Amino acid sequence: MPAKLILRNKTYEVPHGITIKQALKKLDIPAEEVIPTREGELVTEDTRLKDGDIIRLVDVISGG
Amino acid sequence: MRCRKCSKPAVINMRHHKLALCKEHFLEWIVEQTERFIRKYRMFTHDDKVLVAVSGGKDSLGLWDVLWRLGYQADGLYIDLGIDGGFGYSNQSKELTVAFAEERGLKLHIVDVVASYGATIPEMARLTHRGKGKPCSVCGLVKRHEMNRIARDFGYSVLATGHNLDDEAAVLFGNTLTWATGYLVRQGPVLEAVPGLARKVKPFFRFYERETAAYALLRGIKYIYDECPFSVGAKSIYYKKLLNRLEADRPGAKLQFYLGFLRAKEEGLFAQRAEEVVETLHTCPVCGQPTSAPGKCAFCRLVERVEEAKRRRELSNASS
Repeated sequence: MPAKLILRNKTYEVPHGITIKQALKKLDIPAEEVIPTREGELVTEDTRLKDGDIIRLVDVISGG
Repeated sequence: MRCRKCSKPAVINMRHHKLALCKEHFLEWIVEQTERFIRKYRMFTHDDKVLVAVSGGKDSLGLWDVLWRLGYQADGLYIDLGIDGGFGYSNQSKELTVAFAEERGLKLHIVDVVASYGATIPEMARLTHRGKGKPCSVCGLVKRHEMNRIARDFGYSVLATGHNLDDEAAVLFGNTLTWATGYLVRQGPVLEAVPGLARKVKPFFRFYERETAAYALLRGIKYIYDECPFSVGAKSIYYKKLLNRLEADRPGAKLQFYLGFLRAKEEGLFAQRAEEVVETLHTCPVCGQPTSAPGKCAFCRLVERVEEAKRRRELSNASS
């Protein structure tokens, strides 16, 4: 079962076993611009994705 | 990854500082660093009355929270801009700000732009044909004027905003691309007061946006996550994204860019231009705030044009 990364209203599926950093790179999402969370807790990008993991990415860029 | 201080699992890794911290130590670090920046850059002391400009976003609420924890006399100012964007943007951000202040027993000033000047920010832009369909320049003008007015009217010695390093680096990047020296001389974490203009400070200016967001999340601060509907396609966001590409390859590039600019300014870069800018300030005969040209300031002229446009619209509605 793949892991899921959710950013705003988009869901991306990535293979488990890779790190969040690798998943972000694969999806071309700059790591500087998001904070990964799992079950409401902040996790670092070296976290390895487990089977069925759901990672919510909090968008940090604001401005205008 | 482990916390450098206690070896518990880290919640954030700040590559530019080569520092990973757990929740407890990160929250502590943000508060300590803010205090350090306030002192290092002589922003204010515990004797000052500080007015914090709050928008309901992560940066300004985070800053207000930290100043409150540090025991500063910090009151808030929320400016209700009347922006809807299909999801009640201003209403939502006001509710979050009011709830934040109530939870901590903090004093909050609220300026309602519609009640004070008869139109929302997007209406003002439309009525005066300013901003090419976007109200951002009108919004900036109104906010600057109102922040200064409240600071002056209520005797605050300093106005604090939640600008972070990414905000500052993006503005610097934009101004450098065009060599806008008039803006470059005015950019910095501390803008000294001039007659009619409150002293302005940015205590979060050395934190990356990622850090201020992490602080708000870890502290459980409820902030408005949705962006202002008019910020879509904003240059500042585009510049932030460009700088983040650079940061990905060279951790610390954003911080180095901004701190290098401050050092160069201290060493005299733009010194002559700074004198010219101060010398050319005039006083608006209506509101008393400084303005770059003799006569009414841009804000008072805007308000006049809004009133005129509304009168014309009412007359035309009455005759049809």
